[in-house]
Amino acid sequence: MTIAPSRLVTPPPDRSRPRSTLAGRGTSTVLPLVVKVVLLGLVAGLAIAVTPALVRDGSWVFVGGLWAVVVVLLAVYATKRAVPLKYLVPGSLFLVVFVVYPILMTAQLSSTNYGDGTRGTKEATVTRIIGASAVQVPDAPSYTLAVGTTGGVADGPFTFYLVDEATGDAFAGDAEGLTELGADDATITDGVVTEVPGVTLLTRSQINDAGQAGGGLEGFTVPAGENSVIRQQGFSAVELTSPLVYDEAADTITNSETGEVYTPQRAASGDRSYFTAEDGTRLSDQSWGESIGLQNYVRAFTDPAISSDFISIFLWTLLFAVGSVGSTFFLGLALAVVMNDDRVRGQRLYRSLILLPYAIPGFIALSIWSGFWNRDFGLVNDLLGLDVNWLGQTGTARLAVLLTNLWMGFPYMFLICTGALQSIPGDLKEAASLDGANGFMQFRKVVLPLLLVAVAPLLVASFAFNFNNFNAIQLLTEGGPFSPANPTAGGTDILISYTYRLAFGNAAQQIGFASAISVLLFILTGLLAAAQFRATRSLEDVNR
Amino acid sequence: MSTVAPTTGPTTRAGGRGGSTPGDDRTRAGRRRRRWWQEVGWRHVVGVLAIVYAIIPILYILSASVNPIGSVVSTDLFPTTISWVNYEELFGNPGRPFVRWFLNTLLVAVVVVAGQLFASALAAYAFSRFRFKGRRGGLLTLLLIQLFPQFLAAVALFQMFTDLGRSVPQIGLDTLPGYILIMLGGALGQVWLIKGFFDSIPIELDEAAKIDGAGHAQVFFQVILPLVRPILATTGLLVFVGVFGEFLLASIFLRETNIKTVAVGLYGVLDADRSNNLGWFAAASVVVSIPVVLLFQYLQKYIVGGITAGAVKG
Repeated sequence: MTIAPSRLVTPPPDRSRPRSTLAGRGTSTVLPLVVKVVLLGLVAGLAIAVTPALVRDGSWVFVGGLWAVVVVLLAVYATKRAVPLKYLVPGSLFLVVFVVYPILMTAQLSSTNYGDGTRGTKEATVTRIIGASAVQVPDAPSYTLAVGTTGGVADGPFTFYLVDEATGDAFAGDAEGLTELGADDATITDGVVTEVPGVTLLTRSQINDAGQAGGGLEGFTVPAGENSVIRQQGFSAVELTSPLVYDEAADTITNSETGEVYTPQRAASGDRSYFTAEDGTRLSDQSWGESIGLQNYVRAFTDPAISSDFISIFLWTLLFAVGSVGSTFFLGLALAVVMNDDRVRGQRLYRSLILLPYAIPGFIALSIWSGFWNRDFGLVNDLLGLDVNWLGQTGTARLAVLLTNLWMGFPYMFLICTGALQSIPGDLKEAASLDGANGFMQFRKVVLPLLLVAVAPLLVASFAFNFNNFNAIQLLTEGGPFSPANPTAGGTDILISYTYRLAFGNAAQQIGFASAISVLLFILTGLLAAAQFRATRSLEDVNR
Repeated sequence: MSTVAPTTGPTTRAGGRGGSTPGDDRTRAGRRRRRWWQEVGWRHVVGVLAIVYAIIPILYILSASVNPIGSVVSTDLFPTTISWVNYEELFGNPGRPFVRWFLNTLLVAVVVVAGQLFASALAAYAFSRFRFKGRRGGLLTLLLIQLFPQFLAAVALFQMFTDLGRSVPQIGLDTLPGYILIMLGGALGQVWLIKGFFDSIPIELDEAAKIDGAGHAQVFFQVILPLVRPILATTGLLVFVGVFGEFLLASIFLRETNIKTVAVGLYGVLDADRSNNLGWFAAASVVVSIPVVLLFQYLQKYIVGGITAGAVKG
């Protein structure tokens, strides 16, 4: 993970003449060896330093990944074998860890219902449901409360430090249950735990914050017997007993007072389960995270609201990508052809100025353009003397997005077309003109085909880029305009901005579903790109 | 550039005006003038139009940045009053630590550029100089992966760094090192471009060095790398611009004021009050853009060749 970038500049320039320094095999390998050992040592040292924290939090995937990286590095660099790997490994490791692994994780998430309301595990949900139904019975013990954590004061993990108000016995309680505290484990002052070695005790205001809705302490209970839990009540804690009993083997919750049995059942939406009685009443509206197979994909294609969104958004995404590439390429090519004539004075100046939009960071240009389309103060209406509510209707908003993207992209196309035109040998054109081709025919029959061969891969890449050009949509229209009837899919939404809203938007987050759409996007992008590459046969030079 | 010159005249008359005079050599002044218009003059007209189109938004940014009121309503294409007050406000406002954001971005950009160039150059060397099993597959895989925006996996990345940050807070969410690591996921993004240039270096150079006793590493660091400095500079610039403009992942991963990059920071300011923060945003934009624009102008001719060989602005 620590690849010293400075090595890029380390070879002293005056050593670039081989003969003077490369005396013979083996003699000049001391410095590289030192560098190698130091770097490998650094990586291993970092891994050793980080491992305890990962083990503490039970992040076994990361522990495994980290040591796999170390082993790979050692295997590749500490031996003399596999020379190509020595050059491929640094970048590939980053690629695998931060691109490929997240892609696989996305695929895995797409088979779950993970999101708002389903973040908890099933056990935690069962505990919560039972805890919520618990009531205080007469003679139940009550405790003074201190809350400790070994992590952050906002998100735990938390432990309750309890002192029985009647007997004075002290306990530590977490989701596992109660453990009795010995005299050495904690300091007790006036019947309250005031100090625990190695643990941060929360202040009253921190307890308040964490206990609020959405806080880390919300719903935190300590099991204290068959159906009893200990729960925070202000700054003390009480033992509550629930009529509900969870039977782990049968996976049912039974109400011991009424005898009603609740079993987990998928709701009609297909992506959430609830404990439901035979007559269909739900015990609770709390659900939990679980694997739901291909349900997210089924939903994307069959839920009428979503699938019609999906198809119309997909079509607009295609139109947007094709329109963006087409318009920028056409304008860029035309300008490149027009300006590619050395009799034009100030050619360099023209080129420099035409290139300016390409050099302006995209987010700046898009934010500014977003203002240009404003109906009342926007530059477009101002300069053209119009009064169009550009971003207010789907049709004009789409046009505005395309026109903006034309400005953003045509200098790039101008640049690559200029480059390609200049690389076409002049004698080819000469030969064509000797054969009697006039200007336009010569362009169409000789220049254009050669140019297309050169820029086709770039057009494909540009298409793929625009197909997922989140910036252009998010910074210009944020996907809008939205109709009141459908707040999740806007008129200019492309698939990726739609996905973004599902996953990170203000409404209830549907991470599992958003992941499924991401996977579909991966597949679509790949298929479209592969088809285009095949069509342009631009991969010939791979075989070189 | 100039080698193509003599033949381009009549050939590229795509405008298609009067094709009647290709071989006509009479040189009366009026005719010559008309011919100049037909072959060259109109190109100037097109060029000027293109420039106007290209720079109107940029003029607007400049104008807004010197507009002391700084609101959308009061901003026009050409400034009526010129004041530097927006530029002065870039400094010393703790709620909008522009300098901090700029330095954050520079730090990220420098590390990511160095990391990407180094990793890409190494891999390009392997692909260009060694023949090994899976070479072709590897190249194709790289090309395909490059087409997938890393952002598609943002949900998973977010999850991953939330978990990671719990154990190792130094690289969790809301940290620059974490963000840098994510950006380094694209470390092999420039392989194709650099490989193209490695391919153009005669292999005899390597062989000569090897006869002198150089190992593969010495060939790479001492023979090849020094020869491809121009392309490294160009690629570096493209990556640099990419990092400067990267908005998506940064907007998800960098939420605390002091660790934002310019993209997220500036957007946040503008988005908070679109009509009244325009002046400040424009001034900041000008400061951010100037170095990039200058670099672009300086490296223009390398970029033309470089991009055509395979790079894409991301």
